[in-house]
Amino acid sequence: MRFTLSWLKEHLETEASLAEIADKLTMIGLEIEEVVDRSRGLEAFVAARVLEAKPHPNADRLRVCKVDDGSQVFDVVCGAPNARSGMIGVFATAGMYIPGIKVTLKKASIRGAESNGMLLSGDEMGINDDHTGIIELPEGTPIGSPAVEAMGLSDPIIDVAVTPNRGDCLGVRGIARDLAAAGLGRLKPLDDSPVKGAFKSPIAVRRDLDEAHANACPMFVGRYFRGVTNGDSPQWLKDRLVAVGLRPISALVDITNYFTIGLGRPLHVFDADKVKGDIHVRMGRPGEKLAALNGKEYEIDGEMTVIADDEVAEGLGGVIGGEPSGCTETTRNVFLETAWFDPVRTAATGRRLNLQTDARFRFERGVDPAFLVAATELATKMIRELCGGEASELVIAGEEPAWRRLITYRPERTATLGGVTLAEQDQRRILQTIGCEVSGTAEAWSVVPPSWRGDMVGEADVVEEILRLHGYHHIPSVPLTRELTLPGAARTPEQRRASMARRTLASRGLVEAVTMAFVPAAQAELFGGAKESLRLVNPISADLDAVRPSVLPNLVSAAGRNADRGVSDLALFEVGPQYAGDRPEDQALVAAGVRAGKAGPKHWATPARPVDAFDAKADALALLAALGAPVENLQTTADAPAWYHPGRSGALRLGPKAIALFGELHPRIARKLGVKGPVAAFEVFLDALPRPKAKKGAAKPMLVLPAFQPVERDFAFVLDEGIAAEAVVRAVRQAEKQLIAEVRVFDQFAGPSLGEGRKSLAVNVVLQPVEKTLTDAEIEAVAKRVVDAVAKATGGTLRT
Amino acid sequence: MVSLSNHEGDGASSSDRLRMRGIAEVRGEGTMDNLSSLKEELTRAAAAAADLAALEEVRIGALGKKGRITALMKELGTLSPEQRKAQGAALNVLKDEVAAAIEARKEALAGAALDAKLMEERIDVTLPARPESVGRIHPISQTVDEVVAIFGEMGFTVAEGPDIETDWNNFTALNIPPEHPARQEHDTFYLPGEVDGQRMVLRTHTSPVQIRTMLKAKPPIRIICPGRTFRCDYDATHSPMFHQVEGLVIDETTHMGHLKGCLIEFCRAYFGVDDLPVRFRPSYFPFTEPSAEVDIGCERSPAGLKIGHGSDWLEILGCGMVNPKVLENCGIDPARYQGFAFGMGLERISMLKYGIPDLRTYFESDLRWLRHYGFASLDMPSLVGGSYS
Repeated sequence: MRFTLSWLKEHLETEASLAEIADKLTMIGLEIEEVVDRSRGLEAFVAARVLEAKPHPNADRLRVCKVDDGSQVFDVVCGAPNARSGMIGVFATAGMYIPGIKVTLKKASIRGAESNGMLLSGDEMGINDDHTGIIELPEGTPIGSPAVEAMGLSDPIIDVAVTPNRGDCLGVRGIARDLAAAGLGRLKPLDDSPVKGAFKSPIAVRRDLDEAHANACPMFVGRYFRGVTNGDSPQWLKDRLVAVGLRPISALVDITNYFTIGLGRPLHVFDADKVKGDIHVRMGRPGEKLAALNGKEYEIDGEMTVIADDEVAEGLGGVIGGEPSGCTETTRNVFLETAWFDPVRTAATGRRLNLQTDARFRFERGVDPAFLVAATELATKMIRELCGGEASELVIAGEEPAWRRLITYRPERTATLGGVTLAEQDQRRILQTIGCEVSGTAEAWSVVPPSWRGDMVGEADVVEEILRLHGYHHIPSVPLTRELTLPGAARTPEQRRASMARRTLASRGLVEAVTMAFVPAAQAELFGGAKESLRLVNPISADLDAVRPSVLPNLVSAAGRNADRGVSDLALFEVGPQYAGDRPEDQALVAAGVRAGKAGPKHWATPARPVDAFDAKADALALLAALGAPVENLQTTADAPAWYHPGRSGALRLGPKAIALFGELHPRIARKLGVKGPVAAFEVFLDALPRPKAKKGAAKPMLVLPAFQPVERDFAFVLDEGIAAEAVVRAVRQAEKQLIAEVRVFDQFAGPSLGEGRKSLAVNVVLQPVEKTLTDAEIEAVAKRVVDAVAKATGGTLRT
Repeated sequence: MVSLSNHEGDGASSSDRLRMRGIAEVRGEGTMDNLSSLKEELTRAAAAAADLAALEEVRIGALGKKGRITALMKELGTLSPEQRKAQGAALNVLKDEVAAAIEARKEALAGAALDAKLMEERIDVTLPARPESVGRIHPISQTVDEVVAIFGEMGFTVAEGPDIETDWNNFTALNIPPEHPARQEHDTFYLPGEVDGQRMVLRTHTSPVQIRTMLKAKPPIRIICPGRTFRCDYDATHSPMFHQVEGLVIDETTHMGHLKGCLIEFCRAYFGVDDLPVRFRPSYFPFTEPSAEVDIGCERSPAGLKIGHGSDWLEILGCGMVNPKVLENCGIDPARYQGFAFGMGLERISMLKYGIPDLRTYFESDLRWLRHYGFASLDMPSLVGGSYS
């Protein structure tokens, strides 16, 4: 909400400075966005008369002018086509800084003619981009006076962020009223005395609304004006409108805008001669269209409030007027509309048409429902003053919408809800200053908010008003007491797991990224499919149009972008959500990571190698172990989804459930996401891990250390090359469950000596005796069971 | 060499002792004087042995089967019992002393040999160590952990909910009915699905988590809800995805004074400024009444922004007493219960604290940025660790 200081002072009698006003506004909930002093840097330029403008002897397009700034006459060379004798311009002399062209003026000789100053254009002043000619100030502007005054730039602009509940502050008067209530001055009265109608309006207003739609427009006040002259508005009015960002059009239109901004009361004017028959307020008809004042055409539906004449729609109530009956310079007879439109319906109409207007903005936030007749009288006076003519009697259709609400308020609530103790008479005074009626008993007051405060509906609103005007700074700050003696755990074990996952992976040298929850649908397709339910209805751009089915694509793309910047060897991870559908249970928390390029930087002792599936497997297993998953019981299966390399990827399963995936990324997919080299990736599904067990206490089970030395034996088996190492390990483990403590694969090779399709796998087995030291015979017996078990499970034989 | 002179001293004192006891000396090499000079000769030879082989020769010459000390030992049988006793004792002392001298030399020689070997194994210690990549924690994760640590200390627990929500949970339950102007301020992403006639949206704030909590838990409630949030807006100061933390306290007595106390403590702890000025201004949110916005003190200068005492204010969060209609929507009796809620942008507070200039860079995954603005993996914020301020 933009307005100027002088506009505010039209409604508020105050001694307060601009800074005090701005500060008070912020502290009563009308937050200052900015205060703009448009005259800053322009104060030195003065109004000066061009006494004479002669052609330059040596240049066709230039003129040599004599310029009088009130104290002295200067020779000035000027190139503007509109420089002529008698005009009043904006004049700068040598030494002044010209903001629009960022130049400090110097005396100069231009093509042999001396120039001691400059007549400025709007562009050169930096106030607009008009460089077609110099500024012409109105005749009568005092010569030598600051040009900013004549240009209406000396009036500072105040911009306030009005919250959606404060429709009453979408008019300068409402802001003045709140400042007065806050003790910063006195609200000046308005002269809304009735203007006697000279005749009966030839246009009637009919509310053609059924019961169900009666609230669409409960009241419509109209007035006919005949014999008006719709010329330019006076300069003061134009200046104000320009200051708040509106373009002056004609007096009649400017008056409606002046009321919208000044009083928060949108009006509409019809060219009465273009209205066929009467004015009707009705719901839209199928197929109906409105040619709107903004030059666009809108399709109307049956839930929109239409203002029409006997034939066509002439406006959408509370949103926009129509072109056919719009006022122009030739308008002689006018019909004025002061109506009240339902906020919800106005909002719905505007939203469906994607049309925001000053009128809609106010109606959907609530225009004062008791300010129709008075506003019409005020507008009548202004129309007659600026445009002349004769006013008809008022035309009133419908009646004032019911707005009186009674709120029961217990004065102790300011303390028990608001946290500040305030004497009852102070509470009452505050409520009365903002226009509330207060009655009722000592314990339970009956508060009736004023008509313009439709936002006050309950006791909490009353508390807020009292606190707001008393000042939030008066509320004493009280520490929040803890409910328990000790703070409980802020995070559940599951929540802690996510945080631990991040720190575990970062400890392993991966860098955490946080990427968008969106991906291009084409990428979603590569990672499990772009479900229709996850396609955004209104994506922000084509490459952010689907909610991601996997965390990986964004990480892989990030690897590609980093490679483009010269960092192609990297390790990135993200712990974040992925989505299988739009229901809460479809969202899963995943710790995913990618390693791309070389496994480490070039080093003198460690040869560089490309990242591979075992890097990803190591990450996944280390993470699972850190999170307490039973990694000993995991089964590795070679059936990762299609975005992985089909031969170099796997799933880590706990029972049938895959709790992690790892492997090299499918090279085709890596390429599509912009990565050239190898990419190793893993995904650990944190929600799929077994719930951390609820512990009985912090104590760990007793540590029992074995009394006997462990014994190690190595075995090498010759196997079919298709036999999984894990199958051999499992067979070994099961051969002697009590004694075998550990089984490690330490070598694998294939070669001609073993035969086609065969491989050798060497395992190291640790036997941990429990009761006594093992004899050689016992060790031999275990070894035989190991060999037999492997032979039975895999067909492997001991390599000899 | 030091040990050698010790032996010499010991030898002298033992022959003195023998003499004091009036024991007659044996003749020849076996005399006490001779034993003394023999010891000197043998220990000197041991000390002078250039290598292990030479030292072995000394040992054999002294203590071997035909060694000189061994020979003297053999002569003991020819002596009278008294002489034998005295001479035997003297010889044993001599034998031990010589053996010790040989051993000492042996250790010295071995040490020198090891020294020489180790010098040959010398490496260039200025060569780089085996590389290990260093991971980092994203500033948002760090900020979440900091916020959780601070509010956790005040007795809050963390609540979470889905990113894809129903319109009702995201708006209507929060007293934002369909045509409410406040909806225009939430540029909402919509999804095609519906649940019970409610459109699915990407949550525009984490408030739906408050709704879900209130629907299933009974007061007292004290939660914070950090998480991803989404708005259909993308420019220098807006990202379609960002993070928020919201808080909710519901019980029978919490009032606006507690709201101030709680948030002032948070702001001061988070920014690590003990006397940080914190200002509450009236504002409006459909889900709170009364509502406030909170500013913290700052100083803006050409050098940048400094949080703390200064001439200016910086808005950082919104809050208020939970609107009774919201309680009612969640089945909590507003006549009995009341409390406050607050919400703030995590990127915003982390940008302010850590001097990160651009919101959009948070999600670009530029390694240079992540390494620069990220945190060490073990830098886990905690109250006692002091690492959140």
